[in-house]
Amino acid sequence: MAGSLGLLPAWARSGTPGAGRARAGSDVLSGETIALEIGATHFATGGRASHAVTVNGTLPAPLLRLREGQTVRIAVTNRLREQSSIHWHGLLVPFHMDGVPGISFPGIDPGETFVYEFPLTHSGTFWYHSHSNMQEAVGLYGPIVIDPLEPDPLGADREHVLVLSDWSPIHPHEQMRRLKMQGGYFNRQKQTLQGLLAGRDQSLSDRLAWAKMRMDATDISDVTGSTYSYLVNGHGHAENWTGLFAPGEKVRLRVINASSMTNFNFRIPGLPLTVVAADGNPVQPVETDEVQIAIAETYDFVVAPGEAQTYGIVAEAIDRSGLVRATLARRAGLVAETPKLRRRPLLTMRDMGMDMSGTEGGADGVIDLSKPAGGTEAHSMKGHSMSMRDPSVAPGVRMGPGVATLSPMPVDRLADRPTGLEDAEHRVLTYADLRASDPNPDPRVPSRRIEVHLTANMERYMWSMDGKAMSENPSPIPFRLGERVRIVLINDTMMPHPIHLHGHFFELVSGEAGHRARKHTVNVLPGGKVSLDLTADGEGDWAFHCHMLLHMHAGMMRVVTVRREQEQPKVEAGGGEVL
Amino acid sequence: MPLIVALALGATSAGVAPQDRDHESHAASAPGDMDHSAHAGHVMQSHAKQDAPSAEPGDAQPPEIPADHPADRYFPPERMAAARAAMIQEMRFRTFALQVDRLEYRTGSAGDGFGWEGQAWYGGDVNRLVVASEGEGTFGERAERIELATYWRHALDPWFNLQLGMRHDFRPDPQRSYALIGIEGLAPYWFELEGQLLVSDKGDAHARARASYQQRITQSLVLEPELEADFALQDVPELNIGAGFERFELGARLRYERNRSLAPYLGVHWERKLGQTARLARRAGESASGVSAVLGFRAMF
Repeated sequence: MAGSLGLLPAWARSGTPGAGRARAGSDVLSGETIALEIGATHFATGGRASHAVTVNGTLPAPLLRLREGQTVRIAVTNRLREQSSIHWHGLLVPFHMDGVPGISFPGIDPGETFVYEFPLTHSGTFWYHSHSNMQEAVGLYGPIVIDPLEPDPLGADREHVLVLSDWSPIHPHEQMRRLKMQGGYFNRQKQTLQGLLAGRDQSLSDRLAWAKMRMDATDISDVTGSTYSYLVNGHGHAENWTGLFAPGEKVRLRVINASSMTNFNFRIPGLPLTVVAADGNPVQPVETDEVQIAIAETYDFVVAPGEAQTYGIVAEAIDRSGLVRATLARRAGLVAETPKLRRRPLLTMRDMGMDMSGTEGGADGVIDLSKPAGGTEAHSMKGHSMSMRDPSVAPGVRMGPGVATLSPMPVDRLADRPTGLEDAEHRVLTYADLRASDPNPDPRVPSRRIEVHLTANMERYMWSMDGKAMSENPSPIPFRLGERVRIVLINDTMMPHPIHLHGHFFELVSGEAGHRARKHTVNVLPGGKVSLDLTADGEGDWAFHCHMLLHMHAGMMRVVTVRREQEQPKVEAGGGEVL
Repeated sequence: MPLIVALALGATSAGVAPQDRDHESHAASAPGDMDHSAHAGHVMQSHAKQDAPSAEPGDAQPPEIPADHPADRYFPPERMAAARAAMIQEMRFRTFALQVDRLEYRTGSAGDGFGWEGQAWYGGDVNRLVVASEGEGTFGERAERIELATYWRHALDPWFNLQLGMRHDFRPDPQRSYALIGIEGLAPYWFELEGQLLVSDKGDAHARARASYQQRITQSLVLEPELEADFALQDVPELNIGAGFERFELGARLRYERNRSLAPYLGVHWERKLGQTARLARRAGESASGVSAVLGFRAMF
């Protein structure tokens, strides 16, 4: 693995004394003028080697350690033979500095240097990545830490930045092609006859009910550990990234999920995690044992390792097809124990958007799906049948081959434990546990409400919003500058989708108003819905998409427009996206 | 009471011109406003059922969808137009694939032979151009069947596709060309089904039906039973076909799928001519049925 070590920036190397104390220089980049060079390289880990796209020759890209209040000038030079770009994920920047080719700017052509310039108006843990040609799947991602103007009240003694990611020798374009040929191509944890005979997984009657609907209860991740190696700061499992601590120290971990297709279950067995920030925004400290970190989310934790020698940091793919272990240690060279991969979870009726009254949390909910639609009125709501594809539940969705199912009764799942952690025996963070430290800046009640359906056909590997893929050039989702709108995301698929809105934070509508968690990315659980309150204060055009890279690429994306109101406000909705 | 306040707030915010709003101005008025709308939400605990949001959004109309592109003000509009087109183009999925469902060696009572079935396609999710071929024969003899079909495959709904095109049979002799219309897809319980109607350039009509199922025994071991039947709507003496069921094929293949892209299998294949077609075969000195052991592979490229 020596070859790959050369690519790692100093802060990401094993045994680093901590990013906060890392030297400034080419590996941790600070100051108001920064130069980044995107180049084609090679990367190998865990026996998996392939072409990579990196920044300044490292994977992950250099840590940008900046300070709130600065105005930074970041010159990005593209040394690839194809176009590239960098998007500053979670930073509130003017839209034309947001880095999405075709929406915010033209992209950076080969040989070209583009100078991004923007003020840093807030602090926290963020990241950056390419928004071109799926380059983020092959290495173009890196962390950003913006230190606050005021001294941080947390007063951690030391901090480490952990960039979680996935690495496959199969190029994402080829992954996509194989998934189009066979939706379950990378799933090697399907239910089998052997499992049935051994009494594992679903019972025969449940299997038949699911088979009748052509739904696979093991369809949790599209691209899995069968091709991925999972990385912490560019280190695979065997390379054991190690972060140091001294006895009695309070250690802050800034954890970023920079994966292209992997949601991670994150835990440090034996060491409670105190969540202090989500998506860069401080939250009221809440202690937990495990957190599912969806793609593109960032969480800051404070841990107190005390007098122990080592702790294992475990990032496990949510379908349990693989994991990566890193170590928190008193000194370099110590290796923490690796827990066994836990058993692969199964999806439940709740993941189909069928909320069974009386079986709330319903992993064991049983319903007779063989009855014809309409024959289960006892379970229906508002007269909707339990049909899995009744267009009346989603009038804004364009039906077609790309929409295999519509959740008949989606429930708000912000207080649910995330996929696969329903039955974990320790504490698991839910979105409802997150309360913002600071009062929400905009207390207005939204003036209107829109729904966006996340739609798919897993067998054909088609992904869309409201049944229309981005490649069909759908109408954008329009907002007035400054208006407050509730966005309801309804997941009509069996897979969680981390949905990201560029250029804004939104509040998760959970619990009392006033201190709701503010995020840039929300993981919408299968068959469920979430409500977000958005103040559309970023004038311009923005991308809005699923951060599962292949889902975005396949079409689960929209352009969001934010415009000053015209003289004569018009009230006509012009497209199918807006309800 | 909170609801009334909420509606009033909603109506107010909908009516106010939104210019020059920013976070700071609202932060100033935050605490007072919040108290009005928060009462309904008191029960919230981490695992409590999600309550109705304490204040419901208003019913303001969405703004008009703008037609401008603000990035054009910062960058050359022609470059932005090209970038927009490129973004859409990049997300438009079109690819080439080659799927060999089976390529096999057969050994049985009627001697050793071979069989194949597969397709290549180019296109996207909804529309594809497919070139499909299947055939079989006995070593040392002229191939019994060589079929090559070309059709437009169009997705009709989430599960089923229309096929529209033609098929040319290089064997048996004399060669025939057929117009082809078919339906293929995935039925409930994961059955893969296909039905085709074929009308030849001589006017004779035939139907073909096919069904298969993938039974996963372990993660790497898959048993695939398959059934295919041909039906003729009339006698076709030149091809030794009698009206009614012509041919029936039943197979079961056990595949080792450690690598989904290249999976070897072994199995049995039973084929039988039926009805008048069988009588014609016997009269020509051929056997009407045969069973063989097969060894082959399935591949995806």
